[in-house]
Amino acid sequence: MKWALVAIIVTATSAGELLQTAGMKRHGEIHDFRPGALRGVLARLARNWFVAVSVVLMAVSFFAFMKLLSVADLSFAVPATAASYVVETALAKYLLGEQVSGKRWAGAACVVCGVALLAL
Amino acid sequence: MTRPSGRLRIKTRIVASIVVLANVLGNFFLGRGLKGKVLGSTALSYIEALFTPWVALGIALLIIWMLSRMTLLSWADLSYVVPVTAIGYVLSVVMGKCFLGEEVSLLRWAGALLIVAGVALVSATPPSTVRPKHSGGGGE
Repeated sequence: MKWALVAIIVTATSAGELLQTAGMKRHGEIHDFRPGALRGVLARLARNWFVAVSVVLMAVSFFAFMKLLSVADLSFAVPATAASYVVETALAKYLLGEQVSGKRWAGAACVVCGVALLAL
Repeated sequence: MTRPSGRLRIKTRIVASIVVLANVLGNFFLGRGLKGKVLGSTALSYIEALFTPWVALGIALLIIWMLSRMTLLSWADLSYVVPVTAIGYVLSVVMGKCFLGEEVSLLRWAGALLIVAGVALVSATPPSTVRPKHSGGGGE
C-alpha cells in the first residue's frame, strides 16, 4: 500500500510537472508583469490543455500524499517521494531536451540526499 | 549595461525567490491554521476550515506559489527550477527553529547543508538551455 502510493505520487508529480513545463514553454516567456497582461496570460493558460492536465495530475499527487501520510510516517513519506527529483531531471533531459550538465546532476543528487537526512 | 543572459539570471533569481517564499510561508500559515483543528469526515468541515484567517492566508500564498512557479517555467528549465526551489526545505527548518522553537538535530542541519550545496551547484548553471517562444502571446 505504502509503495503503491509512493509510485502514484512520484508518477503523478513527475508527469504533472513535465506537462506544466511543456505547456509553459508552448505559451512562451512571460515578459509583462502588469495586472492586465497577467490576466491575459491566465485566460490563455486556462485553454492550454498541457497546463489543465498538469493541474489534475498535481491534485492526484496532493491527495495521494495526504493518504500516504495517514498510513506512513512523515520520515518515510518525504524522502521516498523525493525520488521525483531524480525522475524529473531525467525526464527533463530525455523528453524536454534540456541540457543536464554534471553540475545539475550533482546538485539534484545533493538535494535528494539532503531531503532524506532532513526526514530522519 | 546588463547582458541578456545577466538580465535573465536576475529575473530568474527574483521570481525563484517569490516561488520559495510563497511556498514556505503558505505552508507555515496553513500549518498554523490547521494545528489543533479537528477536521470531521464531511467535506463541509474542510470547507469551513478554508475560511479561517490563517488557512485562507496560507491558501492565498500557495496560489501565488503555483502561479509564480508557472511563470518561472515559462523560460527556465524544469531541471533547474525543481532543485533550486528545494531551498524552501531549508527555510522551513530555520523557521521551525526560530519561530516554533523546534529542536533541530545535527543530522537535520547536515541535510539542510547538503540541500544548500545542491542548490548552489544547480544555480551556477544557466537557467535556460531550451529556447522558449520569444513572445508570451497577446498583451505583451
